Amino acid sequence: MRNKTLKYALLLVSGFALSSPVWADEHECPDDYDKARGVMLGNTCAGCHGTNGASVGPATPIIGGLSAETIKEAMNGYKSGDRPGTVMGRIAKGYTEAEIDAMAGFFCEQKFVPAKQEADATKADAGKKLHDKYKCEKCHENGGTEDEDGSSIIAGQWKTYLQYELADFQEGHRYMPKKMKKAMKKLLKKDGEANLEQIIEYYVSQQ
Amino acid sequence: MTLNRRHFLQVTAGATAAGVVGFPYIASSAGTQKVVVIGGGTGGATAAKYLRMADPSIEVTLIEANDSYYTCYLSNEVLSGDRTLESIRVGYDGLKKHGIKVVKAKATAIDGDAKKVTVDTGDTFAYDRLIVSPGVSLDYDKIEGYSEEAAQTITHAWKAGEQTKILRNQLEAMKDGGTVIISAPPNPFRCPPGPYERASQIAHYFKHHKPKSKILVLDSKDKFSKQGLFTQGWIDLYGFGTDKSMIEWVPAAEGGKVISVDAANMSIIAGDMEDEHTADVINIIPPQKAGKIALDAGLADDSGWCPVNKRTFESSLIPNVHVIGDACIATKMPKAGYAANSQGKVVAAAIVAVLNGKEMVEPSYVNTCYSVIGEDYGISVAAVYRLEGDIITPVKGAGGLTPKDATAEHRKREVQFAYSWYDNIVQDSFN
Repeated sequence: MRNKTLKYALLLVSGFALSSPVWADEHECPDDYDKARGVMLGNTCAGCHGTNGASVGPATPIIGGLSAETIKEAMNGYKSGDRPGTVMGRIAKGYTEAEIDAMAGFFCEQKFVPAKQEADATKADAGKKLHDKYKCEKCHENGGTEDEDGSSIIAGQWKTYLQYELADFQEGHRYMPKKMKKAMKKLLKKDGEANLEQIIEYYVSQQ
Repeated sequence: MTLNRRHFLQVTAGATAAGVVGFPYIASSAGTQKVVVIGGGTGGATAAKYLRMADPSIEVTLIEANDSYYTCYLSNEVLSGDRTLESIRVGYDGLKKHGIKVVKAKATAIDGDAKKVTVDTGDTFAYDRLIVSPGVSLDYDKIEGYSEEAAQTITHAWKAGEQTKILRNQLEAMKDGGTVIISAPPNPFRCPPGPYERASQIAHYFKHHKPKSKILVLDSKDKFSKQGLFTQGWIDLYGFGTDKSMIEWVPAAEGGKVISVDAANMSIIAGDMEDEHTADVINIIPPQKAGKIALDAGLADDSGWCPVNKRTFESSLIPNVHVIGDACIATKMPKAGYAANSQGKVVAAAIVAVLNGKEMVEPSYVNTCYSVIGEDYGISVAAVYRLEGDIITPVKGAGGLTPKDATAEHRKREVQFAYSWYDNIVQDSFN
């Protein structure tokens, strides 16, 4: 069984302006995992990722509010060594599949708290155009605020973390889906570094 | 009715987790249950916060002698000047926001039969469950001539704050070409990689400001935490192993064990041969045991540390009292900040379960520990633990050290992850 929280529930409750980005409160979370265990396991991550996964450290990603699929894919990628990392490969190997499912369920249920960080408005505007032009929106929906099909939430994510991941993608250390690889190649073809900076700035500007 | 995320969580958690209590928001039975926490360090603060998060009906009182806490983690960066002392200070307003009563007092006695704590003002606090998280006490008596008074000149700087400031001032006042002695304690002690990170951070400072100066690490042991990585870092950054090395390490087998100190003459005696060493700055990290209140209350065994049930952290010696953090014997878990944070969450789950008459969820523990050796040069050790029998055991095939052949980029990122870890562990424990 899967539960679905109502779209824009938060928006209705707190009366946010429509122009503000809205994080993925509408994503589905699984219901078939050990919830008590999810809390116990999820809480052990908080020392590095913040309480309920709302990281306040710029290099460490916010993981609260991501889809269960994203969390599972990340943990399994680190566990197998497919995804590069410093410490996460060593940590992920410590958990069973059921434990990863429980953690993923726990973090899915949390609220995504966007990072409070500096952003350059001009670059962010240019970045938004790049986001549209290279069809990033296809997978990173609503400006990257949604996490459909394990795309992760990239809007409101920490800048240092985004820089690290993009560097790993670019250098071929981290696997990119075919479409993303193609889009990235085009994005980087002309004014590569500047484009990259702008597009990151767009995601970090959403708070 | 429209359900928002919070409601949704409450409803589903209540419905599906009826038999087992983890942390979800389950209403507790009538009557206020009282938990008292002694010690506002990382362990005590985390336990207090996570108790309230799990069950807001529990009345939680934190007894702490100081207005604020200076984290031991990253205090070595204060010694190098990379960080201010103020940047590692954390207050208790964050915990108050969780509805925790913070009492500024020093706990002086625990009455396990009457279930109450007495503090230095004479007030008493009744509890249903008590958590003792007192950290370590320094065993000055193990080194002749060393005392709290002598530590004003020959610092330990193993509890951050005033001591950190004195040592930093001494390093700043020292002439270029001077010598610093660091004495590393025998196991077990708080922060196993700490003395070696300290040597690294002081070398980092000297490299840029006093390049002719030397650091002599006199060790009470023959090996130490992350030794291979520290040694590699010292080779890469500080000329270790050459005659120009800024750092020299003397193991116990070669006369490293400090026997006595003389604060008036800034000298020490070390090793079986009783060699005398003089230095411009001396830092003695003495042997350690559980914090004073734990010793006074009879919570420690002959080892000087507190035996506990590894699932609940309940004392093996006094019922209804739980001991966490550096003071407890957590078998394979090191005495470290992250470990104390992790234990704080396990003890909170154990107490919420018992106070609600429920079965506790299977515990899980983690420790991750970073050391910053120098500019863009970070290393780490990590472990995921399970309870196996009565041993908190690292999961085989997981955890371990930064690879020895890590790239420069990897080591650079580890520094940034160390700083982000700092931000998060402080937030997670105190806010």
